[in-house]
Amino acid sequence: MTRLTTLALGAALAAGPALADLVFPDLSYRTGPYAAGGIPFSDGYQDYFALVNARDGGIGGVPARVVECETAYNTEKGVECYEATKGEGALVYQPLSTGITYQLIPKVQADGIPLHTMGYGRTSAANGEVFSHVFNYPANYWDAASVAISYLSGENGGDLTGKKITLLYHNSAYGKEPIRTLEELAAKHGYELTTIAVDHPGQEQGSQWLRIRRERPDYVIMWGWGVMNQVAIQEAANIRFPMENFIGNWWAGAEHDVTPAGAAANGYKSLNMNRVVDYPVFDDIRTYVVEAGNAAGDGSNVGSVLYTRGMYAAMLAVEAAKTAQEIHGVADIDAGMMRDGMEALEMTAAKMEALGMPGIGPEFSVTCQNHGGSGLGLVQQWDAAAGTWTPLTDFIAPDDAVIDPLIAADSEAFAAENGITPGCAES
Amino acid sequence: MFYREAGDFKTRYADDAQSFPIAFDRYRYYAVMVLALGVVPFIVNDYWANAVLLPFLIWSVAAIGLNILTGYCGQVSLGTGGFMAVGAFACYKLMTAFPGLNIGIVVLLSGGVTAGVGVLFGLPSLRIKGFYLAVATLAAQFFLVWLFNRVPWFYNYSASGQISAPERTVFGVPVTGPNTDAWATYLFCLVFLIGAAWLARNLTRGAVGRSWMAIRDMDIAAEIIGVNPLRAKLTAFMVSSFLVGIAGALFFSVYLGAVEVGEAFGIQKSFLVLFMVIIGGLGSIFGSMAGAAFMVLLPVFLKNLLVGGLGWDTALAAHFELVIVGGLIIFFLIVEPHGLARLWELAKEKLRLWPFPH
Repeated sequence: MTRLTTLALGAALAAGPALADLVFPDLSYRTGPYAAGGIPFSDGYQDYFALVNARDGGIGGVPARVVECETAYNTEKGVECYEATKGEGALVYQPLSTGITYQLIPKVQADGIPLHTMGYGRTSAANGEVFSHVFNYPANYWDAASVAISYLSGENGGDLTGKKITLLYHNSAYGKEPIRTLEELAAKHGYELTTIAVDHPGQEQGSQWLRIRRERPDYVIMWGWGVMNQVAIQEAANIRFPMENFIGNWWAGAEHDVTPAGAAANGYKSLNMNRVVDYPVFDDIRTYVVEAGNAAGDGSNVGSVLYTRGMYAAMLAVEAAKTAQEIHGVADIDAGMMRDGMEALEMTAAKMEALGMPGIGPEFSVTCQNHGGSGLGLVQQWDAAAGTWTPLTDFIAPDDAVIDPLIAADSEAFAAENGITPGCAES
Repeated sequence: MFYREAGDFKTRYADDAQSFPIAFDRYRYYAVMVLALGVVPFIVNDYWANAVLLPFLIWSVAAIGLNILTGYCGQVSLGTGGFMAVGAFACYKLMTAFPGLNIGIVVLLSGGVTAGVGVLFGLPSLRIKGFYLAVATLAAQFFLVWLFNRVPWFYNYSASGQISAPERTVFGVPVTGPNTDAWATYLFCLVFLIGAAWLARNLTRGAVGRSWMAIRDMDIAAEIIGVNPLRAKLTAFMVSSFLVGIAGALFFSVYLGAVEVGEAFGIQKSFLVLFMVIIGGLGSIFGSMAGAAFMVLLPVFLKNLLVGGLGWDTALAAHFELVIVGGLIIFFLIVEPHGLARLWELAKEKLRLWPFPH
């Protein structure tokens, strides 16, 4: 029992005084096998809020406060973090983990706190009539699968018949998400799909790549994360798989994934949901945040792929908060108002340009029916000599004719399981 | 002074045979029960229930289960995570197949299913012992996780392979799903922990438990004096898997609500429970709970202390957590190789003589 009382003391110490601020919990992971991706994302996420506080004096005059909580990509710690931070007036959760997302979806619907899973999580959450508090704009996994296939189809003059495509995936909810879409698309485009699973954490991929070497697929699509990406790219280099035929999704295309393989990784392609170029906003971040000593990390990640995406996620959250402030006419918004702001969010080119990040993402607007945004994605290629990712294409549209029925079917199954009547609540 | 047999006269055989023959122990036990059943449910909040108490209760059930097998019967098992997965998936299949069935019964049935699977994987223990048995149970761990990943029937063909618990109620109060109250989930798990501890305590005091301990201490000698090793080992596997299955079912349905088999029930969970049992004390019910508290609550406590209390960087705190917990494990194992339960025993020995140690 003494341990419990000391624990109570610890919890009491943890609870700070309530000030007027907008709380954005950051369920980050800076430890464990997925830290390589978690650190730059979290740095970007926190630095953007720090920038907004330092440069603009907060969101609509109210300072943003980021509460960081380490999850180590572990679902149990994720639950602990959620419970620990939700009492502080959390406005939106972005766990950056599909496993934690699945856990939080029922909880956030019950607690009335929005959940934003940008390009990950449960794809069918795009149906806002069922998932009232879950958003996955600007794009989701099924969009990514479709964008990859569209790109490959374009490479082959619009015909993929008889091509062999292999999906190399992380054996988890995350990696399994695109399988159904790729199967549907295989039926439509006539390519032959094989799926190869890699178990957590993905350091051991010898047998998988042996199989790839034997089967000689035309293309390999990868749904990887963390240490799995580096290993896969190294293994691909080892069997001399042509890198330009190896496409990662947008979680398998950051600098730290390709650099360990050195020059051998040259030509590796990946999807991206946000364009990575040197935006003016990075100068602001360097001036207001890094040089002021308020950066979440050491500042070395500024401008990297996942840093940019973390910053993009924070920017979307800030814009949604501003929208919520406009709708409700209150500066100090709560989670319910934040949800309304997210549902009314509209991203235009002019808005992104004004924020110092022109063309970072596609234009989209969120509605109650569509929490998933436009679903556009682009393809980028790694240039090992220059050490940069070069966007190869403009934003490619996914095949909504295939994806929409899948989303409808999966979300209806969720609604039936959980007794939800689909519909847009008036609030 | 307070803690002694002297003066506590027993006039019936039943009094002599009770679980806590010393009056002071008995009162302490009653006090804990009153506190756990009568006070905590009224003050518990979401954070305490979901982050502290539920994991403690559920892991305690799992640790008691493994302790029966490893601590009482001497059969080392590394398959606990796999058996918890059996409990969780049995629970999910039963919940979705029979929506009207009471969740309490579902959890018990899941334990039953796991008991069956446990007996199946316990069969090799009749031929192989020690480290070799550990490897055989390790095979069970990997096989079961692979099975639940591979066969879509187990997760009702969902796109992601995740299973999630729909809402189920006990006496009209939801205990699974998103709309639960902290006290309801807490009490639900507490009832199972009390049941598990009661079952384990009474089994280990009786003929069955004595046959397990005989097998543990020396199986050939046990066989010579008439203990049937087949029955002793398989009952140990059965009871142990039953409890572990219940823990798995609760872990999935009440605590997490959605799980993915590879992450939630991987090999690290088998090690976690084994460490709980070793640190808590082999062959002790109290030790199982102490070990669970040590392994589950200490990281949460350290996190609150380092990040919330001292304002450390989260990554630094996470790394230090590992260092501190690891250091403490080594410290306890050096100071008391028989676990926390042995420290508790020593404290009681001292208390018996207090305040006149000579």
